[in-house]
Amino acid sequence: MKKCLLAVTIVLIAISVFAQQKVTLTIESWRNDDIQIWQDQIIPAFEKKNPTIHVVFAPTPPAEYNGVLNSKLEGGTAGDLITARPFDASLALFNKGYLADLTNLPGMNNFSDVAKSAWITDDGKHVFAVPMASVIHGFFYNKDIFKKLNLKVPQTKAEFMQVLEAIKKDGRYIPLAMGTADMWEAATMGFQNIGPNNWKGEEGRLALISGKQKYTDAPYIKTWKELASWAPYMPKGYQSVKYPDAQQLFTLGKAAIYPTGSWEIALFEKDAAFDLGIFQPPVEKKGDTVYISDHTDIALGMNAKTKYPEEAKKFLEWMTTAEFASLYSNALPGFFTLSNHKITLKDPLANEFLSWRATCKSTIRNSYQILSRGDQYGAPNLENELWQVSAAVINGTMTPEEAGKRVQAGLDKWYKPKK
Amino acid sequence: MLDLRGRRTFPTFLVVFLGPAVVCYTLFMMYPLVESLVLSFFSVQPDNSYIFSGFANFVRLFTDSDTAPRFWGALKNNVIFFLIHMLVQNPIGLLLASLLVTKGKGRGFYRTVLFMPTVLSVVIIGFIWQLILNPLWGVAESMMRAVGLGSLFQPWLGLPEYALPATALISVWQFIGIPMILFYTALIGIPDELIEAAVVDGCTEGQVFWRIKFPLILPTIGIVSILTFVGNFNAFDLIYTMKGAFAGPAYSTDIMGTLFYRTFFGQQLQLGNPTMGATVATMMFLIILAGVLLYMFLFQRRVKTYQL
Repeated sequence: MKKCLLAVTIVLIAISVFAQQKVTLTIESWRNDDIQIWQDQIIPAFEKKNPTIHVVFAPTPPAEYNGVLNSKLEGGTAGDLITARPFDASLALFNKGYLADLTNLPGMNNFSDVAKSAWITDDGKHVFAVPMASVIHGFFYNKDIFKKLNLKVPQTKAEFMQVLEAIKKDGRYIPLAMGTADMWEAATMGFQNIGPNNWKGEEGRLALISGKQKYTDAPYIKTWKELASWAPYMPKGYQSVKYPDAQQLFTLGKAAIYPTGSWEIALFEKDAAFDLGIFQPPVEKKGDTVYISDHTDIALGMNAKTKYPEEAKKFLEWMTTAEFASLYSNALPGFFTLSNHKITLKDPLANEFLSWRATCKSTIRNSYQILSRGDQYGAPNLENELWQVSAAVINGTMTPEEAGKRVQAGLDKWYKPKK
Repeated sequence: MLDLRGRRTFPTFLVVFLGPAVVCYTLFMMYPLVESLVLSFFSVQPDNSYIFSGFANFVRLFTDSDTAPRFWGALKNNVIFFLIHMLVQNPIGLLLASLLVTKGKGRGFYRTVLFMPTVLSVVIIGFIWQLILNPLWGVAESMMRAVGLGSLFQPWLGLPEYALPATALISVWQFIGIPMILFYTALIGIPDELIEAAVVDGCTEGQVFWRIKFPLILPTIGIVSILTFVGNFNAFDLIYTMKGAFAGPAYSTDIMGTLFYRTFFGQQLQLGNPTMGATVATMMFLIILAGVLLYMFLFQRRVKTYQL
């Protein structure tokens, strides 16, 4: 018995000595698709330079992330570094004291004000996360199918509908790979993808915040009408088709066009056995300015209650460097660094997405900043409402006008624009 | 309790026997339950502090133009969910149990196979059924087409009018083994003499079942019903696995469990609200409590239990 106790004590001492040498930092994230890349590329690069720090990437599935993270923060068991969603969701975490103030983190000056805008307090005084990446919305298409059917890449809305019709007539392929079962595709890959061309990007987004425009206005109704017109070209039974179903439908070469965003590049390049192409959200008539959703999507903050603030800051500081920017953007093609560092992207599709920034006007999803603060129960959350109504409009269970009315009514309930 | 000299002593062994259960139950069941009930009378402030707000949460839950439809909708869906179980799961469970007690071949095999889904993980059940019913690669449509019913196939899980019955029936498929086994054990507990005597007296099969077996298993029917009720009003996992916390389309599969989850933990950009979540949980508790009390006073006290 005594020997046993002695052995246990020795082991415990050994463990604690070992633990003192190495500090373990845990990263909370919703990017479970990226676990391999963090483990094999990003973290080893950091640990090589900081041998005393061990970093663990511990993701939660995207749909559960916010809920799980909140309860972990509340219970005091959250990781040291916290992947932050843009704008209101993370701001609320900062206001509750869960995220640390990183305004004075060395290296923050590598980011522009626009990049930081998603993780800053309203008065612009406190930055609470290191911006990591933005994603650009657009359409993927199967070049082989387009060639076989002799189709041209559509630029205008009319051309887009003609292409869909032509593919449908041919009958061999599903024109548009998309489902509404998970709802967010309808809002994120539909509404926020094609909408900016209707509401003129930032102009419309800011007008919503200032109260000059409403979701019942023409540009929004029009966007929902366009979405509803997609339904006949979606796979049969699209009401119960989920996001992974649609992804597979496209990568298996059974569907011609896939509305989505740059974040799919890595997966599609891995799975698709055909030539991939991308095109911008279609405009009204040739030559119109294209507005793209170039959404500041992901950042990393620090748990205010972390046991190792110095080490966590070291990691965050490293994330502001050119080394990280280049490593991350190349390891995850389609996630574009928000830093000012000049980096070269090796992936051709990622480069093509990125080139749109030069010719198109960028905006972000219109429901993320300020307008999604209806987070107290009883004031519906705008983003969640957009999911519901956009899916319902495509399913044909709600008219575009009803959708606009419902979203605006929910917003009016709690949001009073500053006059 | 009397000692050797006839004096009353404290029954120490009772404490010893009951102690562990009382302590564990109080610590892990009663305390959290009471805590959660208390929490429903508070509301959370933007700076994360809690203030007492009386019945405000309940008033909001029942009357607010956004909250109330969700609550009543979830309650209604939950009642439908329960009724489908009562009307489909339990009669079929009884039927299967009656078949299992007859002297047919392969009874042991069927007993095991029918009980199997019950012990499978809900995640697997949800995944399998989503694949079966998938309109793109599901086997359901081709099977229906093989028997000439292809035109009747619909993406049931994605249509508001069908999604709830579809998920309820999947849940029935999974849990059918529980009423089946309970009825089965009750049926094999009936002494053969009773049945033999009835047959000798000239009872038909039907009469034997309705006049002799049924009254004898009535207490089990009660237990199965109340288990179904409690299980259904606590249900969450299957719907969450298949339809997510939004319980779509258009909240058509939203039941109390998913409503609670969404409210308490939040969803996507909506942050969770612990006190409002506790309010929903309190309502779930009260609904289940009311059901159990009704059962105890209206059914259990009146039902005749025969000593066999």
